[in-house]
Amino acid sequence: MELLINTVLLGLLGITAIAILMTRHLFVATMLSGGYSLTSAALLVSLDAVDVAFTEAAVGAGVSTVLMLGTLTLTRRREKVQKEFRWSPLLVVTVTGALLIYGTVDMPAFGDPNAPALLHIVPEYIAGTRDDIQIPNIVTAILASYRGYDTLGETAVIFTAGVGVLLLLGRRREEDEEAGTRRPERDA
Amino acid sequence: MRHHLVLRVVSKLLIPFIILYGLYVQFHGDFSPGGGFQAGVIVAAAIILYALIFGTDRAKQVFKPRILMVMAPLGVMLFALTGYAALALGGNYLDYDWLAQNDTAGQHIGILTVEFGVFLTVVSVMALIFLAFAGRTHEIHDDDW
Repeated sequence: MELLINTVLLGLLGITAIAILMTRHLFVATMLSGGYSLTSAALLVSLDAVDVAFTEAAVGAGVSTVLMLGTLTLTRRREKVQKEFRWSPLLVVTVTGALLIYGTVDMPAFGDPNAPALLHIVPEYIAGTRDDIQIPNIVTAILASYRGYDTLGETAVIFTAGVGVLLLLGRRREEDEEAGTRRPERDA
Repeated sequence: MRHHLVLRVVSKLLIPFIILYGLYVQFHGDFSPGGGFQAGVIVAAAIILYALIFGTDRAKQVFKPRILMVMAPLGVMLFALTGYAALALGGNYLDYDWLAQNDTAGQHIGILTVEFGVFLTVVSVMALIFLAFAGRTHEIHDDDW
């Protein structure tokens, strides 16, 4: 059953990705990439990574799709058609993909308890979460306590990103219009 | 989207529940999947939905950018100050054991506090980015697409 679900979800992801590549209509591409995120969220749920699935569904499918739509209103709706076909990007992508797939051959099986990454410090975290911190969610214990520095850094990164966007876009349109720096209306 | 009656009614019904669910993900993060970041993006999605349906101007009246701009650094500060509190009470930076008499209780207090800090920052930054973006774009009409 799990195999069937994973196959269907991965197949859907593949179809969506190809559809995004094929379409020239940017609105369609944006909506499809929202669907792609939602399907990946479902896939992450089936991989038992519910925390990541939450984030993927809210940020990937929700917030970033809306931001992309906002961007679309500022630009054209159709991708520029490129006439000539270039071989070199295809070659680079194929070689990189083949290398990545070759790399997965050496990886431990999914959920293998003897995987090297799980033998190093993870047993300590699991025992510590059970005995010292005593909360059921190990992910929260690791993120907020054991890896508190990392999370503090991540929060600072989010804050910095917000400051950057606000510095670039924070001025309201009317202020720009008064100052006369706004670009002329795009032709519809 | 003034004339989309169905969207407006459904969103009006859903937004309180989305925010409530976000708060559940936040404060239940110790026991179930989720935490500050996830809760933050869920609540921010509710704010964005509100702005999409009722317009950015009205959203800016409810979720004032000025307040959001205070909340964003406040979250980071709450996180960093929790670290300093542990330092002041005798432990290492971000070592929550020292925040209470008992190590486990200290850990619980520390985790709840820093997760709330993450929540504050994520909600306000996501909402601010959207509001800044939406302020730049033109009013979207249905036949534009």
